[in-house]
Amino acid sequence: MPTASLPIVEVRVLIKRFGDFTAVDGISFDIEPGEILGLLGPNGAGKTTTIQMLLGLITPTSGAIRIFGKDLATHREEILQHVNFSSTYISMPYSLTVEENLWVVAKLYGMTDIPRRIDDVLKKVELEAARTHVTRRLSSGQMTRLALAKAFLTEPKVLLLDEPTASLDPDIAHKVRALLKDVRQTTGLSVLYTSHNMKEMEEMSDRIIFLQKGRIVAQGTAQQIMQQFGQRDLEDVFLKLAREQ
Amino acid sequence: MKIHRINALVQRHLFLYRRSLPRLMEIFYWPFIDLVIWGFITVYLMKFQGQLPGVVTFFLGALILWDVLFRAQQGITISFLEEVWARNLMNLFASPLTPGEFLASTMALSVFKVSVVSFVMATCAVLFYDYNVFMIGLSLIPFVLNLVIAGWIIGVLTTSLIMRFGQEVEVFAWGMVFLFQPISCVFYPVEVLPQWLQAIAWGNPAAHVFEGMRSVLTTSEFPGLHLAWATGLNGLYLVLMIGWFHYTFNVCKERGLLVRVGE
Repeated sequence: MPTASLPIVEVRVLIKRFGDFTAVDGISFDIEPGEILGLLGPNGAGKTTTIQMLLGLITPTSGAIRIFGKDLATHREEILQHVNFSSTYISMPYSLTVEENLWVVAKLYGMTDIPRRIDDVLKKVELEAARTHVTRRLSSGQMTRLALAKAFLTEPKVLLLDEPTASLDPDIAHKVRALLKDVRQTTGLSVLYTSHNMKEMEEMSDRIIFLQKGRIVAQGTAQQIMQQFGQRDLEDVFLKLAREQ
Repeated sequence: MKIHRINALVQRHLFLYRRSLPRLMEIFYWPFIDLVIWGFITVYLMKFQGQLPGVVTFFLGALILWDVLFRAQQGITISFLEEVWARNLMNLFASPLTPGEFLASTMALSVFKVSVVSFVMATCAVLFYDYNVFMIGLSLIPFVLNLVIAGWIIGVLTTSLIMRFGQEVEVFAWGMVFLFQPISCVFYPVEVLPQWLQAIAWGNPAAHVFEGMRSVLTTSEFPGLHLAWATGLNGLYLVLMIGWFHYTFNVCKERGLLVRVGE
């Protein structure tokens, strides 16, 4: 389904208002095939709302979202078959085992050869030993890796990651980043990535969009953004912009 | 509508029953307790058998059939609440799963619950009170089907309200069905209601089912008219309620409530 010559994701003049409050205020951006786009901004900048609109969980007030060249509003089912997400703030059913949870996800996406896929993905996130564990017994780091396993399991073309390494120790976080790069390299996966870890953002993102009060205030490579704001690193840019609010 | 997605959700809930005693209790314990309490009341009332003919049949039959409606409603609402409690709604609705498929899976689960609960209650009624609910005859089948659909209607209504108004109305999952009990005329005929309430009761498919059941027991005639009313009203309400669920789902997406249910 993805067409190589076109952006995988096209967002045009996207607006989301909740009553008087404007969460997302006319943002436009593309994600190219195989690109990792970082979405940066202080709390309440509109990052999560944007991701939720891209997942079809929130209806935009106006604007357009096209994924794989198709309108999300009218081709939701077809598009979401090739999109997945992972968020630190979302859990999976606690009473099911790791394997059962992944089995349900695989069935939801109509996957075949499920046991092998589950084996592969558990190996990738180093959770093989927890395969038969009930999810409620997992540590928060294991829980985050399960959420990532769920996202990788369906072999998406677009992956939306909302602070995917927030509760991981530096070793596992490093492995997750390496895994993401590897998957991107081998499958051409496109990723939209949010994080409050500026170093991680710099390391992972091909391009960064900086959101503030629902608007794009800067975009480009990490280097370009640092130059634009005359700062030495992204953290200083973040602090400068956040304190200007 | 994709069967594999409905199957995935049904299986997801069946996994829960493997290792959850409270969930198993919901199927076995409460129906059993209901039956024991009402059964002994019925045994007591049997002392007045002369004055109240067919009291065992009326009460125990009505109790078992009421539980069909109750469990059908619970099958839908509790399945939705399980997803809310597990904070799993985002995972589900960010997948290709459609709201229609979600409802279909809860309806399938409701049929599973009703089947198990009915089997438990019917067996206990035979063992404890020598009462066979199947004595009502073949007309029991369309009655039960209508009660299941009536339970779905109340279940979809309750689910829509929880989705729209969140935790504050979660209690409806257990209470809403009892709002309909007085006008379902489970344990008494419609004619005992005041005239104005009778008019409302006749708009309730469950009232036609229970009235029909009593008609079978007292006259042994097949209550075709009651069945036709129950089926027609159920068909109408089910279509309206599914439309209402989709409407509410879209409102929740517009207001950002879908990602916040349960918070």
